[in-house]
Amino acid sequence: MVPRSAHKPLLDELQTLLGDRARDEDFELGLYGKDGSVLEGRPAILCLPVNSEEVQRIVEICRKYERPFTARGSGTGLAGGAIPVGDPVVIATAKMNRIIEVDLDNRIAWVEPGVLNLDLSTHLKPLGFHFAPDPSSQQVCSIGGNVANNSGGPHCLAYGVTSAHVAAIEVVLPDGTLTVLGDLSAEPSGYDLRGLFIGSEGTMGVATKIAVRLTQNPPEVRTLLLDFSDVRDGAAAVSAIIAQGLIPAALEMMDHRAIEVVEAFVNAGYPTEADAVLLVELDGLPGGVENGVDIIRRVAEAHHVGTVRLAADEAERALLWKGRKNAFGAVARIKPDYYLHDTVVPRGKLVEVLEKVYRIADAHNLIAINVFHAGDGNLHPILAYDSREPGVLERVHAAGRAIITASIEAGGVLSGEHGIGLEKRDYMGMLFSEHDMATQDVVREAFDPEGLANPLKVLPSGSRCSDSFGQHVPEGAWV
Amino acid sequence: MGVNTQHFIEEPILQFASDVGSVGPVTVVGGRTQWDVGGLPLRSSREVRAPSGVWSHEPEEMTVRCGAGTSIRELNEKCAQFGQMVPFDLNPEATVGGALAVGRSGFRRLRYGPIRDFALRIRHIDHSGLLVTSGGPTVKNVSGYDLCRLLVGSLGKLGCIAEVILRCLPIPETTLWLTGTGDPFKIYNQLYRPSSILWNGDQVWVCLEGVKSDVESQAALLGFEEVSSPPSFPTRGRMSLEPKALRGLVNDSNDWLAEIGVGVVHCAETQTPVPLSDANKLLMRDLERRLDPTGRLNPGRELVTT
Repeated sequence: MVPRSAHKPLLDELQTLLGDRARDEDFELGLYGKDGSVLEGRPAILCLPVNSEEVQRIVEICRKYERPFTARGSGTGLAGGAIPVGDPVVIATAKMNRIIEVDLDNRIAWVEPGVLNLDLSTHLKPLGFHFAPDPSSQQVCSIGGNVANNSGGPHCLAYGVTSAHVAAIEVVLPDGTLTVLGDLSAEPSGYDLRGLFIGSEGTMGVATKIAVRLTQNPPEVRTLLLDFSDVRDGAAAVSAIIAQGLIPAALEMMDHRAIEVVEAFVNAGYPTEADAVLLVELDGLPGGVENGVDIIRRVAEAHHVGTVRLAADEAERALLWKGRKNAFGAVARIKPDYYLHDTVVPRGKLVEVLEKVYRIADAHNLIAINVFHAGDGNLHPILAYDSREPGVLERVHAAGRAIITASIEAGGVLSGEHGIGLEKRDYMGMLFSEHDMATQDVVREAFDPEGLANPLKVLPSGSRCSDSFGQHVPEGAWV
Repeated sequence: MGVNTQHFIEEPILQFASDVGSVGPVTVVGGRTQWDVGGLPLRSSREVRAPSGVWSHEPEEMTVRCGAGTSIRELNEKCAQFGQMVPFDLNPEATVGGALAVGRSGFRRLRYGPIRDFALRIRHIDHSGLLVTSGGPTVKNVSGYDLCRLLVGSLGKLGCIAEVILRCLPIPETTLWLTGTGDPFKIYNQLYRPSSILWNGDQVWVCLEGVKSDVESQAALLGFEEVSSPPSFPTRGRMSLEPKALRGLVNDSNDWLAEIGVGVVHCAETQTPVPLSDANKLLMRDLERRLDPTGRLNPGRELVTT
């Protein structure tokens, strides 16, 4: 870490711009050193801009001092994408939280990056629309963070991830230029820089305004809870439902341990004796929804379902979802800490990989809990542990690596919705060749030749011979 | 360190890589159905063709892997065997790679989204004749930079698409085309997720898809007449507008057909491309220079207007 006195001229200049919204007090810097992962870093200075122009000026000042900058939304990311590495200036977008315009004629809304995901959908509800991506953290995560990570959520099974729901993004490029990527027209001119920027985890600039697409609220919604006495039947039912040509709005799975902890936490009436439950949601016009309910009942019966519970009303539906969306918090009832993984496997390999996950956890003397987006094969194994146990983090990391390896061996990918960040950048070689990664780095470099925008994320350092990072994750960045 | 079980590469892809090679201008030929988009290729450029064939279709995964030279007709014939489709709605003789390289979506984009959102993994041959894989084989994936989005609509100037994995959808139980007169913008707000609404300033065509009872109940809202197919599209030109700008179209003697809610207008004249901002132009030119330093990939075609 660079001594604080070294930041003085930089801090002075940022304070001239932002006043007390540029800070370097120890306590706050400590808070902004973490995100939703187990990783930790430390910003040199924290900035809280309120508009695009301030972000632009911050980036220009950072460039003048050759200082990296890391944009940050709500800090709920799970892959360490917002962890400040290399003494950066952290640009937190929390104060840029206005819904600027709702344009129903174009079915888009312009929002600032700090707008919270659920706040936007709540705002749109009376108009009959919503923003489709709905990560489990949607009460607190920001739209800017959703863009950075190309976030998903349960309903992305039918509606697609963030990239499908963003028409244009105003960004400050790493050279300080303010520009808009994409536009509201059907087929914007030139290359799809918008699509490239989404999911680039802050390494191609800072989003300052986002035009999100609005999705019609479905006229009819049905939510079902199916329980199975064998997790394998539940997983097989997932594939069978999709193979019937039915794409539910959401198709979530929880294993026995998850059911137990969630039920004790929220009392949603989950069957605690079941080995697995599926939470299925169908939406759309009434005929399609009823047809879907019939298909699900039929498939579930063929796969030895215990009971099929159809939520009678909105309150019951909300309760069933409350269980699912609070699952991660509920884990604290077993162990004080957890490590949440995110890989995707072909649906047909769910059973095989789940069984491997349990074996891996056993072998590392850890508890594995599975709550996940089964419909798109997106596994979220939770490894519950107590960080006070000596040596436990080594076991957690080793188990995590084994889970990722098992997922990729099954024909899967590194991340479904959390991103690569710091957590998985060194695993990129499992999925991509050296030349694939070098090509990705060439593209990144077009945006940020100096490597100042959220450095050391996404790609392993040394992705090319002419390694522009020249640094490694500093000691202490890993808790 | 690789596990790399998914790095299986078909022989025809290696052949294509060798065809593209590392020197001299090359033009990738697809079905020549959108041949003049972005300008005609340099005459002296060597023509190459991407491999063709549906290599795997996994109905349970709702994904299909094929060579970029596969025709949309062949792709959808294979998918239909399992009740699935890739709703590209273009000339069936267009190739998958050509459709993606041009990036224009079909007339059911309103419901199914743009074709770029169907590309899960793209393998392309770069300027040095090497294979590059981006994206991944699963329906959900955020591993690494999304070069697939960059390649869709790139007119092959950043790389030659060799193989793709696409997302499939179930073929709807019922498809119904209707026509009548009315305010197309009101109709758009009345319906729930229609597949297409087309308007020529006078007449409206609506495509409804789903289970029969839903299609019938939605159709009943309109009181339109059933027709067997969509109208014919003016083919020579195409404009890209904001959806709400379609309100400004006037019912003149010109032949045009607008996609309501999307913003595409099929018309007789070609639109002058919307100028790019200087910053975007610089970035795009820089990407071209970095990914094709000698400008050998599909020379003559132009995306970045001056």
